Amino acid sequence: MIPQGLTAIKEGLPYLLEGALVNIAVVLGAMALGFALGLPLAVGHVYGNRKTRGLIGIYILFFRGIPLLVLLFLFYFGLFSLSGINASAFTVAIVVLGLISAAYQSQILRGAILSLPEGQMKAALSIGMSKKKAIFFVILPQALRLSIPGWSNEYSILLKDSAVAYALGVAELMARAHHVASRTYQHLYLYLTAGFIFLLLTYLGTKGLNVLYKKVGIPGYLR
Amino acid sequence: MKELIYLFHDVFPALMSGLWISIQLIIPSVIFGASMGIIAGTLSVYGHPLLKVASKTYVTIFRGFPLLVQLYIWYFGLPRIGIYFSPMAAAIIGFSLCSGAYQSEYVRGALLSIKKGQLLAAHALGFSRTKTLLSVILPQALRRALPGCGNEIIYLIKYSSLAYMVTCIELTGKGKILASASLKYTEIFMIVGAIYLVLVSVASLLLNRMETWLSVPGFEQHRA
Repeated sequence: MIPQGLTAIKEGLPYLLEGALVNIAVVLGAMALGFALGLPLAVGHVYGNRKTRGLIGIYILFFRGIPLLVLLFLFYFGLFSLSGINASAFTVAIVVLGLISAAYQSQILRGAILSLPEGQMKAALSIGMSKKKAIFFVILPQALRLSIPGWSNEYSILLKDSAVAYALGVAELMARAHHVASRTYQHLYLYLTAGFIFLLLTYLGTKGLNVLYKKVGIPGYLR
Repeated sequence: MKELIYLFHDVFPALMSGLWISIQLIIPSVIFGASMGIIAGTLSVYGHPLLKVASKTYVTIFRGFPLLVQLYIWYFGLPRIGIYFSPMAAAIIGFSLCSGAYQSEYVRGALLSIKKGQLLAAHALGFSRTKTLLSVILPQALRRALPGCGNEIIYLIKYSSLAYMVTCIELTGKGKILASASLKYTEIFMIVGAIYLVLVSVASLLLNRMETWLSVPGFEQHRA
């Protein structure tokens, strides 16, 4: 039983690793989209007027309150086909994970912005910077550095959530483990292998972001 | 009109029966998950060195594997070695163990935040180690861990939708079946999403209430 399992793993491994690349592509795409949307959401949430904050609050409630699987089905089978956009499952997975991640990343960034002393904004304004300039050149460079630990959490959540893209038929790691398992009947071994690949990717990613955090940190400032 | 009849006659009863199954999944998972979290968290701080290693390993593996992979292992993997679970049992086991691993980290953090002097003081009063833990340390630590564990419970509610992937037809599964039959994907998943939003909102309200009920007046109030 065990030797058969090991042969199945050995034969399936290159195929599985190709799938892991798909997961990485989904995660990178979703993180980038999440950042591109999350940054304005965070700035709007902190510095915007009441109406903006209300709208952003609704966006965050929607994408944090509804399960990923339901959103994937809603977008893939519902909204995308309704609007006539012919998007692949892979694209939909990136878009949905990105929209969800934007909600979470905006909260990470908001926390970082709020953790900066309020005096910095006042000081920037008093030396004649515009509010926009103050946000870009004073607040964000610090807030982004502070957000890295939050991002490393977000990365590990996204990576694990990217396995759910399997439900739409994206040929990622989990789907491939399922393919190989159905062919060889070694379900247990292949899912364990898939799990350990995810574990390894999580470990490497969080380690990498930790190194980045130390590298971009300003010596003697921010811990 | 026809659509309204369809909505009230077919969609709502089916979704409500799905919701009931979701709730049957969520409640035991919350209870077992919290128990696992408390046990693993406590062992990782106060346990025997071997038990510490065991709970560390448990946390690493169950936090590192995606929940979907875990569910597949419970439901599709274990029959390989002769262990069979019903879809519902597999889902509950998967949710509880995964949620327990995350919750144990909050419990561990809370335990470590209790000052060591309390342990010494209880010791000086003649409390045994177990007694100290149960009646001095844990009551405080669990209150501190509640906000974090509450977050995990909210996550658990959302992740309960993954039970559909191991053929346990709950709210999402019912929605998928209805939508495939009627091709009204957008409408039905909007309704399903709204039901989850209500569930999550109610749960976070209850958890907030619980924090207030459990807080000891005049002692350690974190909220402004």
